[in-house]
Amino acid sequence: MAVELDFAAVLSQWPLLLLGVAWTVGLTAISASLGVLLGIVCAWVASQGPRWLRPLVASYVELIRNTPFIVQLFFIFFGLPAAGVRLSPEWASVIAMVINLGAYSAEIVRAGIQATPKGHIEAAASLALSRMQSFIFVVLPPSLQRVWPALVSQIIIVMLGSAVCGQISTPELSFAGNLIQSRNFRAFESYIVITVLYLALSMGARLLLNRLGARVFPGAHRG
Amino acid sequence: MVEFTLWDILRNLLFAARWTVLLSLIAFVGGSLVGLLLLIARLSTHQLLGRAVAAYVQLFQGTPLLMQLFLAYFGMAMLGAQTSVWTAATLALTLYSSAFLTEIWHGCVLSISRGQWEAGQALALGFIEQLRHIILPQAGRIAVAPTVGFLVQVVKGTALTSVIGFVELTKAGTMITNATFKPFVVYSSVALLYFLICYPISAYARSLERKLDAR
Repeated sequence: MAVELDFAAVLSQWPLLLLGVAWTVGLTAISASLGVLLGIVCAWVASQGPRWLRPLVASYVELIRNTPFIVQLFFIFFGLPAAGVRLSPEWASVIAMVINLGAYSAEIVRAGIQATPKGHIEAAASLALSRMQSFIFVVLPPSLQRVWPALVSQIIIVMLGSAVCGQISTPELSFAGNLIQSRNFRAFESYIVITVLYLALSMGARLLLNRLGARVFPGAHRG
Repeated sequence: MVEFTLWDILRNLLFAARWTVLLSLIAFVGGSLVGLLLLIARLSTHQLLGRAVAAYVQLFQGTPLLMQLFLAYFGMAMLGAQTSVWTAATLALTLYSSAFLTEIWHGCVLSISRGQWEAGQALALGFIEQLRHIILPQAGRIAVAPTVGFLVQVVKGTALTSVIGFVELTKAGTMITNATFKPFVVYSSVALLYFLICYPISAYARSLERKLDAR
């Protein structure tokens, strides 16, 4: 049986594809910034924050890391309205992505913090820095530098995971694919194009974030 | 109207959860077999083969699993094969797992010092013999913890098969929600069941890791 592929039918919908790419990049940028921030806060709690908060953070991290992203998303989008919290698909997506990345990056950043040499903290203390100052200026920057490659990988995993957000009709890249194939019935070609775009996005994101790491943390051995 | 109790919901979800478990196991075992072959190809002295495997890994790690599932599903339909969601789901998840596992194992093999290979060579062992008797036993010990950890990722990955219509835990959750109009309870229960499957595996992987570190 001859299989004919018609990519022109998909590529002619380039404005939709472009919009999808823009949404995916936007969602990822916002949730990467907020998610890593949330992760840093959680890592702080886990390593030197108030003791009563620690079990809470630990449960959050374990709960998120041991359930699928799609279920987290569905819970937020379909489940929360029953509890009186109604969110648009876009907001539900951002919140789910932030919460998801927050848990993973908490673990990653915590590992970086644990590798801090004791002498650094003692040096900070002998300079009369408060515990908070010591954490922000002495402990955190080299810790982030140590785990930056792992953070980059995790951000990319979250970006790829965001393909699921199209299922609640967030207009991101995979949603564009669904839309296009529903118009021209070229499902296979649509998803090939979308997959290639994701591949390009993940390679681009890795390059960009590695550069960013090398700039923010000068002297990093390899971002 | 029929009233659904919590037990009705949980019972039906539990019923569907076995498909999640079964699909995870199939993908994990299949992925291990394919992954092992890929590992051997990558370690072989054949340059082109090694590069092809590296590209394969990048392809699967750089694209969403959801798209891989769609491509398997629609691709098989296009080739005229009898598509069932079962075959599409197992095919996609097996390939996906094989890419990650081969990458994990490759890292473990690389961590074995070059001298071990050379010692094997000095004993006139062939490539496969070196791998089988010298490298893999050592690399295998390091590989167990991250491999078990990856199983969690496979279990979570099976949730995406709900999108192509495979009735496992997540899809069952959606169907039960549509029948009961209790999304909060249903999706909480779904999450809880995934947690009950995944947490012991994560905890086990972590304990393996600690044991290895202690050595």
